[in-house]
Amino acid sequence: MSKGDLRLVNLTKRFGVFTAVDDISLTIPQGGFFALLGASGCGKTTTLRMVAGLEEPTSGKVLLGGKDISRLRPYKRPVNTVFQSYALFPHLDVFENVAFGLRRRGIGDIRSQVERMLALVQLEGFGKRRPAQLSGGQQQRVALARALINHPQVLLLDEPLGALDLKLRRQMQIELKRIQTEVGLTFVHVTHDQEEAMTMADTVAVMNAGRIEQLGAPAEIYEFPSTPFVANFLGQSNLLAGEVAGRSGDEVLISAYGSRFSVPAGRCRVVDGNVYLGVRPEKLHLAPNTDSVPSGHQWVTGVISDSSYVGVSTQYLVRTPWGTEVSAFSSNAGVHAQVPRGAHVVAYWRPDHAFLLSRQAGAGDATQPLLETVP
Amino acid sequence: MKLGRWLSDHWVMGVGVLVLAYLFLPIAVVVGLSFNEPSSRLSYDFNKFTLDNWTNPCGPGDMCDAVVRSVQIGFIATVAATVLGTLMAFALVRHRFRGRAATNLLIFLPMATPEVVMGSSLLALFVAGGVPLGFWTVVIAHVMFCVSFVVVTVKARLSGFDSRLEEAAMDLYADEFHTFRKVTLPLVFPGIVAAALLAFSLSFDDFIITNFNSGTTVTFPMYVWGAAQRGIPPQVNVIGTAMFLIALLLVLGTSVRRRRAA
Amino acid sequence: MSVVGHIGTAVGPHETPPPPPRKGRRLLPYLLLLPGGLWLTIFFAVPAVQLAATSLYDPSGSLQQGYAMTWEFGNYADALSAYWPHFLRSLLYAGIATLLCLLLGYPLAYAIAQKANRFKNLMLVCVIAPFFTSFLVRTLAWKTILSDNGWLVGVLRDIGILGSDGRLLATSAAVVLGLTYNFLPFMVLPLYASLDRLDGRLLEAANDLYASPARAFAKVTLPLSMPGVVAGTLLTFIPAAGDYINAELLGTPNQYMIGNVIDSAFLVRLDYPQAAALSFLLMAIILAMVFVYVKRSGTDEVL
Repeated sequence: MSKGDLRLVNLTKRFGVFTAVDDISLTIPQGGFFALLGASGCGKTTTLRMVAGLEEPTSGKVLLGGKDISRLRPYKRPVNTVFQSYALFPHLDVFENVAFGLRRRGIGDIRSQVERMLALVQLEGFGKRRPAQLSGGQQQRVALARALINHPQVLLLDEPLGALDLKLRRQMQIELKRIQTEVGLTFVHVTHDQEEAMTMADTVAVMNAGRIEQLGAPAEIYEFPSTPFVANFLGQSNLLAGEVAGRSGDEVLISAYGSRFSVPAGRCRVVDGNVYLGVRPEKLHLAPNTDSVPSGHQWVTGVISDSSYVGVSTQYLVRTPWGTEVSAFSSNAGVHAQVPRGAHVVAYWRPDHAFLLSRQAGAGDATQPLLETVP
Repeated sequence: MKLGRWLSDHWVMGVGVLVLAYLFLPIAVVVGLSFNEPSSRLSYDFNKFTLDNWTNPCGPGDMCDAVVRSVQIGFIATVAATVLGTLMAFALVRHRFRGRAATNLLIFLPMATPEVVMGSSLLALFVAGGVPLGFWTVVIAHVMFCVSFVVVTVKARLSGFDSRLEEAAMDLYADEFHTFRKVTLPLVFPGIVAAALLAFSLSFDDFIITNFNSGTTVTFPMYVWGAAQRGIPPQVNVIGTAMFLIALLLVLGTSVRRRRAA
Repeated sequence: MSVVGHIGTAVGPHETPPPPPRKGRRLLPYLLLLPGGLWLTIFFAVPAVQLAATSLYDPSGSLQQGYAMTWEFGNYADALSAYWPHFLRSLLYAGIATLLCLLLGYPLAYAIAQKANRFKNLMLVCVIAPFFTSFLVRTLAWKTILSDNGWLVGVLRDIGILGSDGRLLATSAAVVLGLTYNFLPFMVLPLYASLDRLDGRLLEAANDLYASPARAFAKVTLPLSMPGVVAGTLLTFIPAAGDYINAELLGTPNQYMIGNVIDSAFLVRLDYPQAAALSFLLMAIILAMVFVYVKRSGTDEVL
C-alpha cells in the first residue's frame, strides 16, 4: 500500500433509522480513477460527502495515507470536491472562484497559478466573467479548476457531468480523463451513469442500498458480475432461474425448466443450490433451428415476440416455451437478415460466456424485457 | 380589426398604467404644492408659484427638528430590528429546533394585528411599568413592529440560498467564520439591505403606534398630524417630495448596481 | 425592487425544510432567536396579554385610582352594544377597499409580471416610490384633490355625476378611496411575486388545449396566483380595518371607524378597560377572519 491511498474502514452513516451507508470498507490506490456507481439513493453521494468532511460518519473511519481524517472539518482535509451542479460562487468572478482556496490558505503568487489552471481547463481570458455568464460546460471546468488548483491528494467528483447534454458530456469525459493523467492525483467519481463509470474509471464500485455489491475493473464487473443486481445495473443480463444439478469435471451442471445446462466452474459465483444462469444479450445468438447451432454451444428454443431496430444492432425478445422472455442483440454487420416477429428460433451461447449467480429460492427469471436503446 | 387586436393584446398594460397614474396622482399634488405659496394657512389649493419653500425648508419652527428626530428614530430602530430580525431568520431557515411553530406565530402575529391595538397595548405596558414616554419608547415600539418584516424579508432571501455554496467554501479551506464572511453574508446581504430599507420606511412613516407611545416627542408624521389641525405649512410638501426623490434614487441605484453585478 | 420581491415571496407558501442540525450546535438556534424573541415577547406578547386583562377590569376605576380586576366580561358587551356600527363600518370599509385593491392591483401586477418585459423594474419602482412620501402627506394630498373647490369635484359636478352641491370629501367614498390608495402596494407586491413565478408556457399550453383567454385565466393563472391573492388581501385588509387616519382626514365623525374609537378611548377619554375591550375584540375578529379565510383558501402555509 502506497503512502497516499484513501481507505474507508467499516464506514457507516445513519440518518435516524435509515442507513444510508452500511459498513463500507475499501481502498483506493493513490493516483487511481475510482468510480462509485449506483442508482440515486444508494448512498454513493453520502460516502463521498463523508470523505469530503461534509457529513460525519456514524461509525467507521476515513484514512488518507494512513492518517485518520474522519473527524476533521472539511477545510482541514487535503481533499477537494467538484460539486453536482458546481456550486460556483455567484457573487465572485471566475478568477476569484478559482483563487478562493489559495486565498484562504494564504498562498502567494495567486495570479500566475490561477492563470495556469485556467489554461489547463482551456478557459484563458474568462477570469473576469461571472459564473452566470458561462455555459454549463464552462462552469463545470471552472468548478474543476477551483478544486484542482489546491493540489488536493484526492479530488471528489459528485456527478459533475450530470447537468450536461450528451455530446458535451462525452467531451468532458475525455477532458477529465486527460487532466487526471496529467496531474496524476486520485479521483473519486460518483455517478449513476454506468457508461461514464466504465469509460473513465480504472476501478468501479457498484453500490446498492448502502453497500458495495461489487468492486473491480470495469471489464471484470461487466463480464463476470457477482450479483443479479450488478448483472442488470451494469448493462442487461438474461438470468434463467435453475438449480445446480451436479458437477462434471470443471463444469457445473444446472437444470432449469427441464433442460440441462453447464457453466465452467471458474465462472460460477456459487456451486450449489438455487442459481441464476446468466448470459448477456449480445452473447446470445439466433439460429433458425437446432441443427444450425454450432457445436459446443448451449441453447433454448423460442419464438420472436418483439424486435427493435436500433441502428448498430437489432434487439430481439424471444419467448421461451416456459413463458418468460430472453433478449438477444444481433449486430447489424450485414451477415444476418432481420428475423420477423413470430418466427421460431433457437437462441444459443458459448458456455464460457455464461455465469452463475446465487438466487433466492422462489425468485423467477430476471430479464429486463425492455427493448431500450443501449447508449 | 387591427385596433381590436391591438386592444386585446394591450388592455392589461393599459389598465396597469392607469393604476400607476392613480398611485402618482397625490404625489403630483405634493410636488406641486411644494412650489405653492398658499393664500391662507388653512388653504390646500394651489395659489402662486414660489421657490421659497425649497430655499427655506426649515421655515416652520419645529418641522425640521421633527424630521431629524424621525431620521434618528428610524436609524436606531432599523439597525436594531435588522440585527434582531436577521438573527431570527437565520435560526428559522438554517436550524431545526423545538418551538418553531410558536416562534413563527410570534413573528406572524404583529403583522396581523392592527397598529392601533399594538400601539395601545404597548402604551398600557409603559404606563403600568411607569416608563416615561418619549424618544426611547418610540424606538422600542418601532423595533417591535419592524422585526417581523425584517424576518420575512431575510427569510425569503435565505430560503433561496443554496447551502452547497457554503459546503463548497468549507471544502476550499474556509473555516466557519470565513465561510460566513466570504460567501453567506455577501449573498444574503441584498436581502438584509432590502429588509433594512423596509424597516426604515416603516419606522419613518409610522404614525399610529408612535402617537400612542411618544409622550411629548414629536416625529415628522406627528408634526404633520398636529399641523393638519392648524394648517399645513407648504414645507411639509418639500419634505414629502424630497423623501420621494431620495427613495427613487436609492431604489434605482441599487437596481442598476444589481444589474451590473448580475 | 429588492424590497418588493422579498415581501411578496416572503408571504408565499414555499419554504424549504431546514437542513439537519450539526452536533454541538443545538443551542445556536435558541441563541439566535433569543434577542428578537425576547423583544417580541416583552413588547408584543406581554402587552397583548395585559390588554386582555385590562379589558376585564372594573370600568369604574381610573388611571389615578387604579383598576380592580373584577373579570368584567360586561365590558365586551358594553363595547359591542355601544360601538357595533363602528365595527361593522370598519369591516365594510376595509372589505370594499380590499376588493378595490384586488381589482386595481391584479391587472397592474399582471402587467408588470407578464407584459412589462424590460420596463419591469421601472414599473416596480413606480409602485413603491410614491409610498416613501409620508402616509399622512399623501392622505392630505387626497384631501386637496377631493376638496370641494378642487378640479375633480368641479368636473364631476359639470358632467352631472355629482349634484351642484355634491361633495367627495367627508363622504364614505372618500374614506374608502383613501384606504384603497394607501394599501394598494401591499396588494400589488405579493400578487406580483406569485404572478412573476408563473410560467408563460402554462398559458400557451392552456391555449393549445382549446382554452379561450378567459378560460385560461380562470383555470390556470388565477389558481396559480392564489397564494399572492391570499397574502395580498391579508396585508391589505388587516391594516385597513384598524386604520383611523383616512376616516379622520377624509371623513367626518359619521365615517369614524373602530380605530378612531379606540384611539379616543385610550388617548382622550382615558377609559382603559373599554379601550382594551375594543382593541381585543378588533384583534380577535380580525384573527378569526384571517384563520377562516386562510383555511378556506387552502393556503395555510401563509401562516
